[in-house]
Amino acid sequence: MDDTGTVVAFYLLSALTIAAALGVVVVRNLVHAVVSLILSFVGVAGLYITLSADFVAVTQVLIYAGAVSVLILFAIVLTPTGDRGNQETFLRLPALLLALLVAFTLGYVAIDTDWAISDREGFQQTASVIGEALLGKYVLPFEIASVLLLVAMMGAILLVRPEGAVEGE
Amino acid sequence: MMPLDAEWYDFRDFGNTVGSLLEQIRDWGAPDWVPYVISGLIGVLAILLWTILSVLAFIWIERRVVGLMQNRIGPNRVGPNGLLQPVADALKLLFKEPITTRNADRILFWLAPIVVFVPTIVVFAVIPFGERMVLADLNVGVLFLIAVGSLNTIAVFMAGWSSNNKYALIGAMRTIAMLISYELIQVLVLLAAVLFVGSMRLGDIVDWQADHAVWLLFLQPLGLLGYIVAGAVEMNRSPTDIAEAESEIVAGYHTEYGGIKFGFFYQAEYLAGFAIAAVIVTLYMGGWTLWGLEEWVPGWLIFLTKLYGVFFIYIWSRATLPRLRIDQLMAFAWKFLLPLSLVNVMVVGGEKLLWQEAELSSGEALPLFGVINSAVAVILIGGWAWVLGHQRPERVAHRALLTKELGTIHFGEPAPTV
Repeated sequence: MDDTGTVVAFYLLSALTIAAALGVVVVRNLVHAVVSLILSFVGVAGLYITLSADFVAVTQVLIYAGAVSVLILFAIVLTPTGDRGNQETFLRLPALLLALLVAFTLGYVAIDTDWAISDREGFQQTASVIGEALLGKYVLPFEIASVLLLVAMMGAILLVRPEGAVEGE
Repeated sequence: MMPLDAEWYDFRDFGNTVGSLLEQIRDWGAPDWVPYVISGLIGVLAILLWTILSVLAFIWIERRVVGLMQNRIGPNRVGPNGLLQPVADALKLLFKEPITTRNADRILFWLAPIVVFVPTIVVFAVIPFGERMVLADLNVGVLFLIAVGSLNTIAVFMAGWSSNNKYALIGAMRTIAMLISYELIQVLVLLAAVLFVGSMRLGDIVDWQADHAVWLLFLQPLGLLGYIVAGAVEMNRSPTDIAEAESEIVAGYHTEYGGIKFGFFYQAEYLAGFAIAAVIVTLYMGGWTLWGLEEWVPGWLIFLTKLYGVFFIYIWSRATLPRLRIDQLMAFAWKFLLPLSLVNVMVVGGEKLLWQEAELSSGEALPLFGVINSAVAVILIGGWAWVLGHQRPERVAHRALLTKELGTIHFGEPAPTV
């Protein structure tokens, strides 16, 4: 993070991400909240680009902004009470306190830790490096994750099937 | 490209002109970021200008061509041969009253036409129009195309939901179901192409095709078929335009939009069409190269000719094919294209492995792979269609599942007790 462009981009994107994330919490309408959640996802993707992690950035847009958010939108639309939006809650003060504590702890750790800084050059191509790591050193967790996703998918299909659909409608 | 002189007047490659302009600015002693910003601005302006002109031209071309195909005349009143029709249309859209319905969600209603425009125009940033004519040649170009394409679903949902209209909502639901299904096909098909070439950078894919003097179209016909169909779905055109099927749901997710806001959706659809055509040309038809002709003819001219040619296929199919029903379209994605593109990935992966391990020269390997893949494509398409066509009658769906499911949901009312 030496050149001015990256620094300016970092602060702009951080402001965007934080503002959008605040919008998620503050806005009353649930669909508006999801839209600002998407905006914050896109902001995070931009932050990844300033770290020259292009593969992770594009994947962030693809998975979070493109897929997960659509899932959330569908969940809201298909929930009968979804149009009530965010309601008043008596837990507002404790929640604020807890959030401040978490933020303080994370911030303190981030500032206080003596982070190890690598001297090596940035990757020219992150995609191939990630691919080799996933199918080489980390092949077992990778495969387990895919089996887990398969099981989750089959479970979801089984849950939403109407009664008696198994023997053919 | 032949290094004839590579001066600023060498119009075969606008990269030369821009390059010398930037050199000049650097000579004047401007800081480093000035040429950087200026080159970006030039690229953005050029792309915007080109897209607007192309859309205006193709509105006229498409309507006239479709008219000819359907044995009628088409617009011929405004200007000579109706040439000024697109201008008249654009002016009409601009001067229409922007109506917002009373119960619409105002913020999202106004935001949706803008959001739908952004992903479609951003796609062109990674497309190489010529040898040095790409705005951002990303390492992960192909993945970028898929990621940006997936953002369309959100804009469509915003438009459909904020209209507060059941036809708009059903249209948005249909579009999302459709886009998500065909995005899978798109990813698998592009995976096969990337696997074979070994790079996700679009410029590298064009170079690979130029080096081996072969288009990926001949090596992966099955992949091209999948991408053409998935592209037709993504650009939301007939025969796959169930999102705005006039005879079923008025105009789908943009039912409530009029004036220039509708114009944005209309133009975004055209731009998506050009983007899909540009991707097909870049990935499967050699991009801006044409077996040596690019030495004499500007590469961007070759690219645009191919692009308009591919786009013509979509106009043609729009004029001649009937619209699919939603369950047919979804079944086509999940039952037909998905297994085929999975097999395609496996076949292509095996060939890549064989090519590397057996150390075949590209002269031996590529014709062999081309013949094998064409045979595999013909056998798979014919065979799988035969298998699906001979299912027992009780296993064939009679009704669109999505509409059946949607029929049981009562929006804004307490959920029915099951």
